[in-house]
Amino acid sequence: MKPLQRTILLFLFSCCVGSLLAQDGKPSAFTLENKPLGSWLIFAVALLLFVLVLRLRNEAAALRKTYRQSKNNKQWQRYLDELDGQQVNRLLEIKRSKSAPLQGKGLLWLIVAGTAALLPVGRAAAQDSGQPTGTALLSQSGIIITLVLILIPLIATVFLLILRISNTLRKQRQQQKRVEAQALAAYINDLPANDPQLSQLQARKAALDYTLSHNELAGLEPAADERGLLQMNQEPGLPIVALKKKALPRPNIDPQLSKLVLAYLVCAAGWLLFGTTVGEYLGIKFVAPDADHLSWLSFGRLRPVHTNAVFWGWASLGMLGLGYYIVPRVSNTALASIKHGWYTLWLINAAVILGSLCLMAGINNGGGEYREYIWPVMLLFGAGLLLTLINFMRTIARRSTKEIYISNWYIVSAIIFTIVISLAAYIPYWQNGLGETIIQGYYMHQGVGMWFMLFTLGIVYYFLPQQLNKPIYSYSLGILAFWSQIIFYTLIGTHHFVFSAIPWWLQTVAIVGSAGMIIPVFAGTTNFLLTFKGAWYKLKDSYTLPFFLVGIIFYFTGSLQGTAEAFRFTNLVWHFTDFTVAHSHITMYGIICFLLWACMYAVIPRLTGKEAPQITIGAHFWLALIGLLFYAIPLMYGGTMKGLAWMQGKPFMDGVVLMAPYWLWRAIGGTLMWVSHLFFAYNLYKMMTSSKELNVADLALQELSANANIAQPTPIVNHL
Amino acid sequence: MEFFDNHKKLFLVSATLFIGLTCVVAIMPAIHNQQNNHPLPDAIPLSPEALAGKAIFVANGCVACHTQQVRNVEMDKQWGTRPGMAADYAANHRMSVWQNTATLMGTERTGPDLTDVGNRQPSRDWNLVHLFNPRIVVPESIMPAYPWLFNWKAAPATGDVVVNLPAAYLQGKAGKYVASTEALQLIAYLQSLKQTPLPEGITAQEFLYARKQNQPAAGNSKDEELDGKTLYTTSCQACHQANGEGLPGAFPSLKGSPIVNGDNLELYVDIIMNGYDARQEYGVMSAVGTNMGFTEKEVAAIINYERSSWGNHGKKVSPAEIKKIMDFVKLKAQQ
Repeated sequence: MKPLQRTILLFLFSCCVGSLLAQDGKPSAFTLENKPLGSWLIFAVALLLFVLVLRLRNEAAALRKTYRQSKNNKQWQRYLDELDGQQVNRLLEIKRSKSAPLQGKGLLWLIVAGTAALLPVGRAAAQDSGQPTGTALLSQSGIIITLVLILIPLIATVFLLILRISNTLRKQRQQQKRVEAQALAAYINDLPANDPQLSQLQARKAALDYTLSHNELAGLEPAADERGLLQMNQEPGLPIVALKKKALPRPNIDPQLSKLVLAYLVCAAGWLLFGTTVGEYLGIKFVAPDADHLSWLSFGRLRPVHTNAVFWGWASLGMLGLGYYIVPRVSNTALASIKHGWYTLWLINAAVILGSLCLMAGINNGGGEYREYIWPVMLLFGAGLLLTLINFMRTIARRSTKEIYISNWYIVSAIIFTIVISLAAYIPYWQNGLGETIIQGYYMHQGVGMWFMLFTLGIVYYFLPQQLNKPIYSYSLGILAFWSQIIFYTLIGTHHFVFSAIPWWLQTVAIVGSAGMIIPVFAGTTNFLLTFKGAWYKLKDSYTLPFFLVGIIFYFTGSLQGTAEAFRFTNLVWHFTDFTVAHSHITMYGIICFLLWACMYAVIPRLTGKEAPQITIGAHFWLALIGLLFYAIPLMYGGTMKGLAWMQGKPFMDGVVLMAPYWLWRAIGGTLMWVSHLFFAYNLYKMMTSSKELNVADLALQELSANANIAQPTPIVNHL
Repeated sequence: MEFFDNHKKLFLVSATLFIGLTCVVAIMPAIHNQQNNHPLPDAIPLSPEALAGKAIFVANGCVACHTQQVRNVEMDKQWGTRPGMAADYAANHRMSVWQNTATLMGTERTGPDLTDVGNRQPSRDWNLVHLFNPRIVVPESIMPAYPWLFNWKAAPATGDVVVNLPAAYLQGKAGKYVASTEALQLIAYLQSLKQTPLPEGITAQEFLYARKQNQPAAGNSKDEELDGKTLYTTSCQACHQANGEGLPGAFPSLKGSPIVNGDNLELYVDIIMNGYDARQEYGVMSAVGTNMGFTEKEVAAIINYERSSWGNHGKKVSPAEIKKIMDFVKLKAQQ
């Protein structure tokens, strides 16, 4: 069987390398001789994949070995020979007492089938490592930066996948050993009492008897755990997902606040489902433009419905909900007004409902992106923000800590800035002619960077240290990132209109500001990754930390991709193409959504005391991540090809025809993302409704208190 | 820092910094642009009909896919004769109290740029068919169809604008689709989108990143021939189709056409340059060549492509003989 294994290994390896070499259908564009950079990249990726595949192969081989051994009856003799003294002792005792053996279960095939289903996913993700690389393009720094940036999350994904598969394989091996142990037990049970083997064992036992009893230090008593630090986990029946740590319950949260936060998160999830269903349908329309002929569902009207619903509905409500949890917590006081929190929720929901209906009816603000809601609708949103701002400021004013925790810097500033941005965008006195375009560039980018990014960073500065159970690596780096984000981000809006009629100096300022964004992005990423330092082992025990890690990786790559896109040459290739769409999904989805999910999975079990099944959380994570890569990479590749065709002066329709397969891939990736949101909604439901499993201890206590006619314990209100 | 332990001071500082930068990079440049730019002297204001059409363009979110900006880079040359400038947008004001100004510059070019579409594709017949379902005239198009801008009538009244559709799109119904007022307004808007010529004596900004010529003139013995197929695809194919067969009832076939294959070169060039409206059963052809500013080389390349494709066998023409005919038909057209 060795040659077979080697063939499989070679095949896998050559597929990985082959997919890298042959990705653009023009192998000549990517030869190993004249492209030192490209070939080094390929070499590094191939080497990494090779090592990982080798590891996977070892795991698989070990599993197969265990499985084959179990078929061999002579094996039992070897086991008996290798028994140590205690084992011999126990065996003899058992034989004496003639206790019945346990029944075994044959789960192996189910497990193998499950793993086999997982494997092609890994291969498919690995195949996508191909990069769009035209010969002339590789000399452009912007393109090189982007290529490297795309590679980072890709390699991370492949790496995580292979690790996960190899862990699953190891678990199966253990499971197989258990099955085998049961067979061995059956064999021992069947041995007749006068079997010579048993007398041999008796002699062997005498020889081995002189041993330490191994509990001289520990004794036989259970461990005393005075501070409740030990978590007892049950063994999983079906080892498809690893068992992760449970969230620690936080009993000290005001149930009224808890209800408010949950209401925000449920509304957010509702808008996520609505917004991405619309987005999915829009993606399908690229492939099937005649899917319907209804005015309310036509592409131009639905597109802003999608973007605005996920912006102002999903992400904004999600962030605000988490903000309502964090702001009082880090101020060490109660929220100033829970009632006003509800008003904000109603106002924003009303804004998104009305806005979506208006857009579908053909009532919009004039076509500037993310500025499509007309001002009366956006006024509702703004009023909601203003209420929340006052609420948060009052809460912070009565804080019982001296300093203001960095999270509150980010969160409160994000709300102030967004009110300023909305005013600048909707006040009509500077919107005539090109004034509208200058404001549009400013608005659409500040909306992204000063609302979503700033607020989400504030949330992460609270939840990441909390989930790692250690302080943030550097408070100063957080402050540096804060001020440099304000200084550079504010400048970069007009990089959406490079080469247009707006003043050349303003375009240059935007490009310089985009380059300056390297400072806050590096500061933020470094801070988060160094907070992981010394706690990386927690990654495997937690279902929230993988979401954080992916969000942080995309924060680095997605933000710097934005910098690379702002250069003048890269604007030639990528501006107006689907590359921009891929970029906005890498950032809004890869960064914001992943970080929000991480925080939601962290906070909801603390509010409700209930957790979602790990397998559906895992499904959410992997479908979202793989879906995003399927979505973004074909669009980036196709967008580059389209931009190059335009630069060569090809007829416009050539670009449309060229994009067709990449639009199909986008629809496939989008579908995976959409399915992951169904899992998210299900998880949310599981975290909020009581499970059917009854807790015996709770029931018994209830019974007792009812009998004793004691009032139900009242929840403790947090008045720290 | 002690200073930032006071929430009022902290958020006052951050808000001031942000508002200050906002004024410098957004509001002040916006006000400056609004006050110091005026439409070019030759700019034609939108007619009431075109303005209504612009509102329909905005309402249906056409800007999601169609830009209206010619950038000062070589690759944008196909969308206009000169780069766009601030004056081109200066006439834009808000259209109603509920809406913001719409310059409609756009950020995605999933469909073609429309800055100069009034010159490039002025035919109302083509625009109506295309609007009803773009795939009738451009099979690869992914633009949405807008059948709700048309009304079905068993017997169109006089004054109704009938759309000539292939039978497959009538679904076996007897009768005709006629354009609604909205459809006609929208097309009036598209027809009005033309780059305003610069005043005499003012030269346009240059296009940057000029394309490198792939074939440096090795020997100047022979003039290089232009790619007739690309020119046909860009300027003619939308109506006459890739297979040269046109659309029955809307655009005539070039395959086996007596004008394409025959010897009346003067009529042929005249149609390309100045348009044609001699046959009732077909739509009006606009002055494509004049609108696009075709040179004799381009006209010769298109004629040679049409005469050698789809089974046509016409005589090959040279730019020199086309030049003479072009000068002649130009004079004739001006009379």
